[in-house]
Amino acid sequence: CLHVVQPMPVPGSDVEAYCLLCECRYEERSTTTIKVIIIIYLSVVGALLLYMAFLVLVDPLIRKPDAYTQPLHNEEENEDTRSLGTAPAVPGARPNTVLERVEGAQQRWKRQVQEQRKTVFDRHKMLS
Amino acid sequence: MDQKSYRRGSFQSSTSDEDMLEIAGASLDFTMADDDPPLDREMGGFSSYNGGGMNGTSTMMDFLEEPLPGVGTYEDFNTIDWVREKSRDRDRHREITSRSKESTWALIHSVSDAFSGWLLMLLIGLLAGSLAGLIDISAHWMTDLKEGVCLAGFWFNHEHCCWKSNTTFTDRDKCPEWMSWSQLILGHGEGAFAYILNYFMYVVWALLFSLLAVLLVKGFAPYACGSGIPEIKTILSGFIIRGYLGKWTLIIKTITLVLAVSSGLSLGKEGPLVHVACCCGNILCHLFTKYRKNEAKRREVLSAAAAAGVSVAFGAPIGGVLFSLEEVSYYFPLKTLWRSFFAALVAAFTLRSINPFGNSRLVLFYVEFHMPWHLLELVPFILLGIFGGLWGAFFIRSNIAWCRRRKTTKLGRYPVLEVLVVTAITAILAFPNEYTRMSTSELISELFNDCGILDSSQLCEYVNDFNSTKGDDLPDRAAGPGVYTAMWQLALALLMKVFITIFTFGMKVPSGLFIPSMAVGAIAGRLLGVAMEQLAFYHHDWAIFSGWCSQGADCITPGLYAMVGAAACLGGVTRMTVSLVVIMFELTGGLEYIVPLMAAAMTSKWVADAIGREGIYDAHIRLNGYPFLEAKEEFSHKTLAMDVMRPRRSDPPLTVITQDSMTVEDVETIINETTYSGYPVVVSRESQRLVGFVLRRDLIISIENARKKQDGIVSTSIIYFTDHSPPLPPSSPSMLKLRSILDLSPFTVTDQTPMEIVVDIFRKLGLRQCLVTHNGKLLGIITKKDVLKHIAQLANQDPDSILFN
Repeated sequence: CLHVVQPMPVPGSDVEAYCLLCECRYEERSTTTIKVIIIIYLSVVGALLLYMAFLVLVDPLIRKPDAYTQPLHNEEENEDTRSLGTAPAVPGARPNTVLERVEGAQQRWKRQVQEQRKTVFDRHKMLS
Repeated sequence: MDQKSYRRGSFQSSTSDEDMLEIAGASLDFTMADDDPPLDREMGGFSSYNGGGMNGTSTMMDFLEEPLPGVGTYEDFNTIDWVREKSRDRDRHREITSRSKESTWALIHSVSDAFSGWLLMLLIGLLAGSLAGLIDISAHWMTDLKEGVCLAGFWFNHEHCCWKSNTTFTDRDKCPEWMSWSQLILGHGEGAFAYILNYFMYVVWALLFSLLAVLLVKGFAPYACGSGIPEIKTILSGFIIRGYLGKWTLIIKTITLVLAVSSGLSLGKEGPLVHVACCCGNILCHLFTKYRKNEAKRREVLSAAAAAGVSVAFGAPIGGVLFSLEEVSYYFPLKTLWRSFFAALVAAFTLRSINPFGNSRLVLFYVEFHMPWHLLELVPFILLGIFGGLWGAFFIRSNIAWCRRRKTTKLGRYPVLEVLVVTAITAILAFPNEYTRMSTSELISELFNDCGILDSSQLCEYVNDFNSTKGDDLPDRAAGPGVYTAMWQLALALLMKVFITIFTFGMKVPSGLFIPSMAVGAIAGRLLGVAMEQLAFYHHDWAIFSGWCSQGADCITPGLYAMVGAAACLGGVTRMTVSLVVIMFELTGGLEYIVPLMAAAMTSKWVADAIGREGIYDAHIRLNGYPFLEAKEEFSHKTLAMDVMRPRRSDPPLTVITQDSMTVEDVETIINETTYSGYPVVVSRESQRLVGFVLRRDLIISIENARKKQDGIVSTSIIYFTDHSPPLPPSSPSMLKLRSILDLSPFTVTDQTPMEIVVDIFRKLGLRQCLVTHNGKLLGIITKKDVLKHIAQLANQDPDSILFN
């Protein structure tokens, strides 16, 4: 207290009596924690925004030319997993490679979100 | 294609209103040491549920030796069968215990199985605590982002930015490293143009945050909006909502909660934190087989996770456990109590080690003072309780009316626009008033704090007389001009918060209402407290004050009035009692304030209950039509079981399956023509003697599996539910034995049973349906939905508002 309070509101002889009235509060913080957490948060938000932009803008453009692909001859020749993803989920089609599995999972997730959106926003069945 | 969305397998099942409901009733169960239901003796037949693994006798080729994947799981928007889940868990436990004597590996397995519950609680506490720390720090930073930015590092908010700078006490808030937007753009911070620029930037940031929040919710996880507590209550009572506690909902809810809170909307983060913690619980359950496969055990974990959520929201572990017990959970055996406590403790500990606020406290508005209060002050405390009750009832009525309007009219079709408009109104009205411009948590913190010598805020601008100070205690002082300004500003803030919260709660962003209600109460309390203080100062010679409040004594603490007001308003809205008082005194550390808090909470609950019976969460459950059987209300009508059961007199007779005379084709026809979720099995159509009950989903899976995998099953194969079947002539097709999916001990009541007892049975046992017999013969069936519709009808509510199955 003697060193921190500048300028002293009381004359020099009363300084100690003044300081006895002081309340000590101890606070500490970690600047690195704050920096790390804010950076993580902003990067997650950024990633989500990019993904949303991708889903809204880029994805339909990639899928459109493949909308007419026959589901039958997709199995062997296609490295392009996007067209495999557009084929309706044929029971018995074995999603073997990692990309195909990711594609299938993404399709399922999209359908789930659509269902949820219908339930909450359109039919107002939940969470109104 | 749309029908197949997220249902497993290739069977269609509808969720029409004709389906039988399975909803679990529940009660607060303190008498049980573990989760055995009281009628344990009648569960003998359930060993057959384990897929016949326990049955030694099977004279036929029994291909159902292991349960098929899919048998015993539930459809979305259905309710679980508590009885079946609990007995399955008991069987599993018995099997592990009996096998543990065989080898060391099995012994280790049994020990780890017992230990897995505690490990899961530890993980939930860690994850919930870390997420809460992330939310706290980010929200703290982003709220200040609306006003300016820190040059020393953009990740610091105002308070942390000015921490190290050499400013004096009076000018604590103005340090050179923190630049408001007008200072950054224009170069100076004074003048009308700078004010307008600040105003404009504030509104723009608020709109940007809320737009981002609602777009993320709409685009990625529509289940992340709202508070979450009504839906979690329903889930914990046995309902299934797939995706509600999933990982995308978790991520989006965490992110958008920060955005919604930072945009200055009048909402809090405590309710959504409970949802976040329950999501963590659900996700971590998938690591352990014991909890992944059993829906009843999972709900125990979710109760504990909810306790952890409240514990990190308020820094109140015990309050969190009591909140989970009182508000959220349905069944709460003692084992869950202990586990919830552990989870809440770990979560609080994790959050404290992250230390989001820099003062080793878990909540921004932690206060600690120990001023005594006088008995006569109970009168203003009770007045605050009455105010809290009145405001709570008013808020619930208007909020439900507004939400109903959103649900039924065109307002509900523009969610993004609605959020933007409400944010714009809130931001435009909030900026001019200093007390609404700051975040609500900071406002509460300032209101709770008592004024010390060094406090330089406007609310503490009393006329100081330095000669009469004795040590630390400040006497009651006359209010300076700053206090009067603060008073009318606070009154305006109160009006604004009272009205704007009605439109904010329930929007399509994560929104909680603990903090806004506490803010309303704290403002009202502080106003009353300052009024009392000035009254005591100027009229200390009145009879009521002369005994205890002489001149120069410090008798009235407005901060305490603010706390009591906050507790009263929160109690009026949510109708919490014990948990509220425990949370408040864990928040403040003042054990001597239990009596005023209890007085205010009780008064507000009485007043609010006199006006409207339900708390906000129950009102939302009823608005959405969730199938939730209220555990706290008594059923007091004199109807009988035969008045409620189906089929009614004019309906076609009950659809039953006979035990040994129906072919696969007959059963498939029944399944396709009706939409019931289960069928009773009788000995024969003439005798109508009950054998058991079989579920639609299990039937469909088993028949499909049999057609694919088993030899010789055709449409004319006969389905047997009996133990032994007669030998067939060699020319007939092979038989399909489905005894293992049959529930051999369905619950039955007679038709003359009073509905009081039937409702009690549904609540206490968690039944999905109950069969009705007459003179020993099967007469009809009562499902939980029928019970709910009956209760609604008798309460003169619309029985068609019970949605879902």
